[in-house]
Amino acid sequence: MIEISNLTKVYHTLHQDIVALEDVNLSVKRGEIFGIIGLSGAGKSTLIRCINMLEKPTRGTIAVDGQDISSLNKRELRLARQKIGMIFQQFNLLSSRTVFDNVMFPLEIANTPLPQARQRVSELLELVGIADKARIYPDQLSGGQKQRVGIARALANDPKLLLSDEATSALDPDTTRSILKLLKDINSQLDLTILLITHDMNVIKQICDRVAVISESRIVEVGDVISIFSNPGTPTSQSFIRAIVQKDAPDEYIESLINRHRDQYSCLVRVSFIGASAGEPVISAMIKQHGIDANILYGNIDRVKDVPFGHLTLELIGDQAAVDQSMGFLRSNGLEVEVIS
Amino acid sequence: MIVANTAVLIGTIMGVSLGADLAWVWEKVLQATWETLYMVAISTGLSYVFGLPLGVILVTTGEGHILENKGFNRILGAFINAVRSIPFIIFLILVIPFTRLLVGTSIGTVASMVPLTLAAIPFVARMVETSLKEIDWGLIEAALSMGANAWQVITKVLLPEARASIVLGVAITTINLVGYSAMAGIVGGGGLGTLAYYYGYQRYEDLVMWVTVIVLIAFVQCVQMAGDKWAAKITNQRR
Repeated sequence: MIEISNLTKVYHTLHQDIVALEDVNLSVKRGEIFGIIGLSGAGKSTLIRCINMLEKPTRGTIAVDGQDISSLNKRELRLARQKIGMIFQQFNLLSSRTVFDNVMFPLEIANTPLPQARQRVSELLELVGIADKARIYPDQLSGGQKQRVGIARALANDPKLLLSDEATSALDPDTTRSILKLLKDINSQLDLTILLITHDMNVIKQICDRVAVISESRIVEVGDVISIFSNPGTPTSQSFIRAIVQKDAPDEYIESLINRHRDQYSCLVRVSFIGASAGEPVISAMIKQHGIDANILYGNIDRVKDVPFGHLTLELIGDQAAVDQSMGFLRSNGLEVEVIS
Repeated sequence: MIVANTAVLIGTIMGVSLGADLAWVWEKVLQATWETLYMVAISTGLSYVFGLPLGVILVTTGEGHILENKGFNRILGAFINAVRSIPFIIFLILVIPFTRLLVGTSIGTVASMVPLTLAAIPFVARMVETSLKEIDWGLIEAALSMGANAWQVITKVLLPEARASIVLGVAITTINLVGYSAMAGIVGGGGLGTLAYYYGYQRYEDLVMWVTVIVLIAFVQCVQMAGDKWAAKITNQRR
């Protein structure tokens, strides 16, 4: 759906050139929810604005649905933009128009005949669940309701692609969840490709299929969300993931435990599991089969999109040979085992 | 009527003998007030006919805006500043040849409207510019992202969003023009300015002077109040 190649954006200021994006290559598939995560200033905002040419790339090409967006003339670009919806962190609704007329706005731009446009607006308000608010002004709505209007407006001209610019960053966690759910629903119902930017790994975790990590103007990592979560390859992704996934018991706690069982051999391990094995009683099977004790010090289980994903910190106590065999047993069951001490 | 009663009151306080004078003063003031109203209203209207588009152009051709044209914008800005830097009383004299060309005379209310309008246009342009610049860029960006052209951004985003602020600008412009019209009155422009100058200043008719001042105060208050109310109505409707 989106093919970005060698995209570079440089801002020229009086005293220096600021590189916002450097040699970005990215490919977003039809129908997927693709997330771009990065800290503020990393260039993600510039990147998403290049896709509908709100920012002109300095170099490189961007194709949306096979059409090279960067080579269009003004008129062609306006037509192409009508088929790319966009939602914003600050919603950007017109305060001079009612909810109904806000959603009508893109249809006016596209010169849709009035009866048809009215019909479409009603359908959209129904779809996003704010049909009862049609006649009021945006100032009277809550943040979540405003974003619903924003989404309805973005969908008005039946876009194939929706760009989401930090759409949930101004919302509280509950509202964020409901808006993300709405995005996920329209993604599957309308077969809509969604490209979103965020600085919140929770957003990626909840709805994205794939993610790109952007850091200092470059894409440093791209992959399935689940593989980036289980095995973040760069310091940037590691820090994003650490911010939401508590992998270990606190350090002080672990230190206090080391060498506690001097009379017996013991080993502190961290076990990570993804997907199916999370549902099986692997630990209890290990205890039974190898005759060791396992002391669970810390545990955490989470979901990435719909896949369970977790960590356990265990103290394995028993014969050295039995403990080693137990670790082998865990590994053979598809778990990742890391010895802490 | 309130004005007349106030005049009686003020006159009594100041110990001015009234009686028969009052009817005469009242008639003069009424006539002059009407002239001022007429002059100011038409000049304000005309100055917006030209000033509003000029303000829109001033904003939209600015750096990074939807019709960016830095060279043109700089020239336009400099021209507006140049006109605005001429004191009105001098401007008035400066445009006399043009006024004569346009309306055949430089005396009277119709003739006054020419310099009033011309002087107000750049003022209006700057007022409109200020109003439009208050609009969050995000709204313009949102419209562009939907494929809006410049005309659609101007008519569907900029002007409707700035309506309350533009209305307040109209009140300020009107009040300014009341002041300008009094200056025009001194060189024979008609209206309250002429009245106050001829009778109040040259013939020491204190009563005429005071009544004029009171009418002007009342007028300015009314305009400002109407502007505030109208703007508040626009804003409240949206809440």
